Amino acid sequence: MKFEPVIGIETHVELTTASKMFCGCPVEFGAPPNTNVCPVCLGLPGALPVVNHTAVEYAMKIGLGLQCEIAPHSVFSRKNYFYPDMPKNYQISQYDLPLCIDGYIDIETDEGSARVGITRVHMEEDTGKSTHLGAGGRIGAGSQTLLDFNRAGVPLMEIVSEPDLRSAVQARAYAEEVRGVVKRLGVSDVKLEEGSMRFDANISLRPEGASTFGTKVEVKNMNSLRSVQRALEYEIKRQAAVLEAGEEVVQETRHWNEEDGTTAAMRSKEEAFDYRYFPEPDLVPIAVDEAWRSEVASGLPELPAQARERYRAQGLEPTTAGLLSREVDLGRVFEDAVGAGADARTVANWLTGEVTAWLRKESLLLPDSHLDGAALAELEAMVGAGDLSATAAKDVLGGVLSGEGRPAEVAESRDLIQVSDSASLEPAVDAVLAANSDAFEKLKSGDHKVMGFLIGQVMRSTGGKADPAAVTRIINERAG
Amino acid sequence: MPIDIDIAKVARLARLALSDEELDLYRAQCEVVLEHAALVQALPTEGVEPTSHPLRRTNAFREDVVTECLDTEEVLAQAPDRDGNYFRVPPILEEP
Amino acid sequence: MTDLADLTLSEATSGLQGGEMTAVELLEAVHRRATMTEAQLHAYLNIDRPGAARAAVAADSALGKGAAVSKLTGIPVALKDNLVTRGLETTCSSKILAGYLPPYDATVVGRLREAGSVIVGKTNLDEFAMGSSTENSAYGTSRNPWNPERVPGGSSGGSAAAVAVGSALAALGSDTGGSIRQPASLCGIVGMKPTYGLVSRYGLIAFASSLDQIGPLTRTVTDSVTVLEALAGYDPADSTSHPGAVPDFRAGLERGVAGLRIGVVSELSGEGIDPQVQAAVARMVTSLEGEGAKVTEVSLPSFEYALSAYYLIAPAECSANLARFDGVRYGLRRDGDTVEEMMANTRAEGFGPEVTRRILLGTYALSAGYYDAFYGQAQRVRTLILNDFDSAYGQVDVLVSPTSPTTAFEVGARATDPLAMYMSDVCTIPSNLSGHPGISVPVGLDDAGLPIGFQVMAPALGEEVLFQVAAEVERIAGFSERPALANSRADI
Ligand SMILES: [Mg+2]
Ligand SMILES: [Zn+2]
Repeated sequence: MKFEPVIGIETHVELTTASKMFCGCPVEFGAPPNTNVCPVCLGLPGALPVVNHTAVEYAMKIGLGLQCEIAPHSVFSRKNYFYPDMPKNYQISQYDLPLCIDGYIDIETDEGSARVGITRVHMEEDTGKSTHLGAGGRIGAGSQTLLDFNRAGVPLMEIVSEPDLRSAVQARAYAEEVRGVVKRLGVSDVKLEEGSMRFDANISLRPEGASTFGTKVEVKNMNSLRSVQRALEYEIKRQAAVLEAGEEVVQETRHWNEEDGTTAAMRSKEEAFDYRYFPEPDLVPIAVDEAWRSEVASGLPELPAQARERYRAQGLEPTTAGLLSREVDLGRVFEDAVGAGADARTVANWLTGEVTAWLRKESLLLPDSHLDGAALAELEAMVGAGDLSATAAKDVLGGVLSGEGRPAEVAESRDLIQVSDSASLEPAVDAVLAANSDAFEKLKSGDHKVMGFLIGQVMRSTGGKADPAAVTRIINERAG
Repeated sequence: MPIDIDIAKVARLARLALSDEELDLYRAQCEVVLEHAALVQALPTEGVEPTSHPLRRTNAFREDVVTECLDTEEVLAQAPDRDGNYFRVPPILEEP
Repeated sequence: MTDLADLTLSEATSGLQGGEMTAVELLEAVHRRATMTEAQLHAYLNIDRPGAARAAVAADSALGKGAAVSKLTGIPVALKDNLVTRGLETTCSSKILAGYLPPYDATVVGRLREAGSVIVGKTNLDEFAMGSSTENSAYGTSRNPWNPERVPGGSSGGSAAAVAVGSALAALGSDTGGSIRQPASLCGIVGMKPTYGLVSRYGLIAFASSLDQIGPLTRTVTDSVTVLEALAGYDPADSTSHPGAVPDFRAGLERGVAGLRIGVVSELSGEGIDPQVQAAVARMVTSLEGEGAKVTEVSLPSFEYALSAYYLIAPAECSANLARFDGVRYGLRRDGDTVEEMMANTRAEGFGPEVTRRILLGTYALSAGYYDAFYGQAQRVRTLILNDFDSAYGQVDVLVSPTSPTTAFEVGARATDPLAMYMSDVCTIPSNLSGHPGISVPVGLDDAGLPIGFQVMAPALGEEVLFQVAAEVERIAGFSERPALANSRADI
């Protein structure tokens, strides 16, 4: 039987506000343990929460960025469950009356385009961090657990999608798009590896064509966009095998294991899901009137979908336009370069190719490098003028990124300036033609296949500095 | 309204390690109180909005400003068990 | 010569500011009174002699400089031990917080310190403020100064006993279902619960957040006003704090009741009320009428369900509020092989029976499948109670009733019957559900020589009229008796 996956994704995003959701402790990654804590975020007896106004506005921005309605009346609730890194043993979250409801985003994959519904965006607080000491660092196998509450109370947004995704590829595209929206809004670091953005997926399978849902499984711990896709691919296969064997899928939470590429059931008792939500009596409801909503809406930056449209209009391929629209730093440099007169497609290809690869290799973000739009435009102009070969340009790009100087300086110091004037090139061309007279004869008799070989010989003899276009022109002259 | 409480489940939810005798006693007492409390069900409340709060107030916010944190030593001095600047607890069996 | 421990707060303020005595002398008198009475009363869990001495010396220095001082400068005040005090043990009368030293002060504690008052120590209470007799303390029962065989009421029983006997001139309590007013009534003093939100709850260890309110216990109505003036006012650390202007508590004190409309709550009279209490309340109502008040009987039919609603809402909130006591960050820990076992063992060992029972009740009332029938329904009943109050206050300025259906009962009398104990709060609970202010004023003694309290209730932020009526009740009652224990003077 053929099965259709039904996937919904919950995305948690830590906001980059200055202070925490309900107290004045700083939001900061990597501080010494238990230094960014106060009575409120440590859940000390007697402490009370107060809502961070900026966090509410950031949440509204996310909602608006995902085409949601902003609820005129929303309420915080307590979600009750015991866990040692959650100081109050309840999480202040939103339940039946979230801040943002009923939005969508559009995604595009090789499988086509799709609209994915956003059920809700709600505000909550993050937990502290547990470090499990003991055999393999595995939960349960450890002899003890260490707790750091610096992260406890960091504003956390939960974005819940409708179960509209039908493949692992779509799920990844959705995750990428949500990340792109949040990143463009400038309200989060969206660093998956540091946990400031986290994805959980609900996935079930049903016979193709069915309209009811199968038993769903929640998959957690997918720490990269790639692992979202891998984990769901694995889970689709696993569930299909279970169903094909005539067995039933167990409703449970499964942990994605990046190393061995599998999911495994997590240990939890049935009662863990009885969260006993009730309205948080220490907080009052949030009322958003039209004036407030439109003030926040008017401050929204351009969203990826709009940027993508503009980039497509500039002649970029869909995937390139998509990447530049989501990776706002790349997009900004791209626009600066084009603004300075560079060719859009060339610059875009550099940014999505060499530049992205270099940043990944160096584990850096674009703003940490020395590349800007002006440098890219300068580089592209050098290529256009024939001063640099396409290969040499990539070399120069690496030098610019690592701070060796402007493109001209790098090309100079790396000795990559291309020779294109005939007077300088003719002796080298003539020498090659003389040494390869057989090939030259073939060319003259109309066999153009040998042209590439001859050019290659000239490039080799000039150490790659010859301008292939000029070389071609001279060879053609000589061939008559 | 007769009340029948699965007291062992409730005690697990509330993280209370009670003996069987204690569970029996608490079940009996809770059932008596709940039978009385269940009188609220006699009152017709169709169309009545719930009150979770005596105040009819909205939008109590704080500005996004960093304030002083507690002294880590003063905080950890109260910890039943610690390891350096961390609180220390036995291993976690269940996951959230 | 008057023992300084017998002064009211206002008398002490004049004495201190007039230079007739020092804060150190006043504190010494209060300490002597505590020394003489504590063995029998056990009002305090912890008397902070060094801290109080430092504060008294500082107060004398401020008084001596002729600088601007407050009415509370140098006044010895006791704090219910569910108010956190930096570096001073705060236990909520629970084993689970034995030895706990908070790293911060409650907002009200800060305000008292700023006002120059001298914090004598921390008073006993029913564990986590759950109870009406102060018998549910992990550290022993407090006793009623009028008769140590009797309970002082609760949960602010220690605070009430201390003020009644003179081991503090004023005390703070918290009132979730009557926990200030009922012990004040049983101990023959004035106990006042302000409008919800008027006094910051920041640093009050929560029992039921939507019901809890801090308020003063004092010997007189004027003293109640003086303390409340220091406590009340917006606190940005408490989202439920009232941001607007604070009512003028003092304005009506001398005004009398002529022309005021007073409603007698029919649901809180007759059945279930001790006849002597009923009679004393009726006499006072007649007197008020004689002073020109217009008295009518008012019916608030949903009051009948208030106790039931309360015993769903309060345990539900408490089950979440007390989840944080888990042996991880502070307080008691009992070992376990896993963190889950450690938490469950710690909580089973650390909480007493009443607290355990309410956590179980609340957990059940919120759990899947029961929420709507229990907690949800209780919240809708809460709306109906508010509606009843609203329509009553359309007709009258204040409502009156007994504070407690009975005078102080014997230690142990209701200890094994939770429902009988819960009935102690039947008259006080409606004001907690509505968030309205209420006050208990002593109006006399019953045949057994035990005090009777008269409750006045007013609409939200109606403290001015509340104190206006309370002051007149106090004047008419002329209640000046003191418990026998207070008269056991030291030989000077
Ligand atoms: Mg969440
Ligand atoms: Zn904090």
